[in-house]
Amino acid sequence: MSETKPSSETKPLLPVVDYMQVPANGEPYLQGLKCKDCGAVYIDTRVHCAKCSARNAMQPHRLSNTGKLFAFTVVQRSYPGIPVPFISAIVDLDDGGTLKGNLINVDPDPAKLKAGMPIELVYKQAPWGDEKGNQYMMFYFSPVGVKK
Amino acid sequence: MSNNYLERSVYVQGTGMIKFGRYDNRSIEDMAAEAIFAALDDCGLTINDMQAVYCGCCFQSNANPGQRILKYIGQTGVACINVANACATGATAFREGWMAIKAGVCDAVLIIGVEKMGAGMIDAVGKPKTIYTEGIMGSSSMPAVFAEAGNVHMNKYGTTFEQFAKVSVKNHQHSIKNPLARYQIETPLEEVMKAEMIAFPNTKLMCSVNVDGAAAAVLVSEKKAKQLGMKRSVKVLASVLTSDPYEERDLVMWDFSTLTRNAAKQAYEQAGVGPQDLDLVELHDCFATAELLHYENLGLCADGDAGKMIDDGSTWAGGKIPVNLSGGLLSKGHPIGATGVANVYEVVQHVRNEAGARQCEGAKIGLTHVLGLGSACAIHIFEGPK
Repeated sequence: MSETKPSSETKPLLPVVDYMQVPANGEPYLQGLKCKDCGAVYIDTRVHCAKCSARNAMQPHRLSNTGKLFAFTVVQRSYPGIPVPFISAIVDLDDGGTLKGNLINVDPDPAKLKAGMPIELVYKQAPWGDEKGNQYMMFYFSPVGVKK
Repeated sequence: MSNNYLERSVYVQGTGMIKFGRYDNRSIEDMAAEAIFAALDDCGLTINDMQAVYCGCCFQSNANPGQRILKYIGQTGVACINVANACATGATAFREGWMAIKAGVCDAVLIIGVEKMGAGMIDAVGKPKTIYTEGIMGSSSMPAVFAEAGNVHMNKYGTTFEQFAKVSVKNHQHSIKNPLARYQIETPLEEVMKAEMIAFPNTKLMCSVNVDGAAAAVLVSEKKAKQLGMKRSVKVLASVLTSDPYEERDLVMWDFSTLTRNAAKQAYEQAGVGPQDLDLVELHDCFATAELLHYENLGLCADGDAGKMIDDGSTWAGGKIPVNLSGGLLSKGHPIGATGVANVYEVVQHVRNEAGARQCEGAKIGLTHVLGLGSACAIHIFEGPK
């Protein structure tokens, strides 16, 4: 993975995923969907409900910036060129929805991680851009209280 | 709808597989041919007796691998169906053939499972819409995905790294007696735990072996089995395929347990047997973490007891319910399309009392399980000749 230097231009950062909003003025946030019939929360783009099969049932649902660590692994070898180690984590958000992301601001040591620990989202520029030179906004997980 | 089809029995009449390994200079046609000839010779039939061909080959499924194989060994002109269903590809092909006989459409069909794997880890990320997010938005690598599933079990039941590592020790030990496994080497616990850590708790020796391979089976109707004498006919007591039902985390975390539990329940009902009646199991140990979870998913032990089960020897050769006597995906190897058919080969050897040095003593009933992420689960239960 070729690491491009973070751009010093004022070009706005693009959302890394469809469910991220990066307002020109204000903090980035995650915008999911919720089924109006059964309440299932989704982070992908969809029209119909996988849980209850309701058609055209999605309405916007702003995802919480806090949650709890559900599961994790410390990755020591990934695909060629991917920097390691890193913590791959699954976080259940308060008010619904589950995300996968990197857990930062804590040592990548399984002994120091505990399922259920409170997590908050941190928004930062991604370490690399795309082929066209665009730079992206990422979300990361951080243990609550050590936000940097 | 009439339920008469349930009364029609389906039998495995012949099986064959090649030794799994890296065959850079062999085509899928050539590897499949060796397995097919072994399966046909196992039951004294020829390719001309096969009324349909079901070919499981995940990575080449859009390039008519089944027809290419027939062009290589005998172009008989029968129906040829190419199947892809992730790691359940071979077992899905097997089940499609089972259905043709169950439905009364065919009396004898050929099942092929074959795969040539590339080098390295399977990249599940695909072409990104924005940027490549592996390593900055968690990991999509298979060792990490199955490590996270194992981590849930650790968090919930206190299962340890050492208990997961023992799965690898066991399956490597089993494969010493399987000449068709990729490896015949002992891997002591310390070696497994000190091997390169890929994604905690899965070390390199706790990941399935990347190999090429082929396996084949001949399925026949009761009528055909009777013509052939029944002495080596293995009855298919159950054939079940499930997909993953909705689960709240499944957009970021594949749930491979619920569909396995659903398949197991249906398979035991269909077969009229329970987990306590099984003599051996070949299950989907793509990673050591997965094997322990599947003990519980298949009802081999109570929820939370999988760690204890690997500790007390129950699933080792000679134990109460030996699991993966072939060496499993961890040591025999995991050529995706071939895996489900190779599992059938293994169980058939045991329930026919033909497994040689690794024979599970007195085995009559065995179960095979495969799990393809995305997701598909296939379970088959077999009964040996009376």
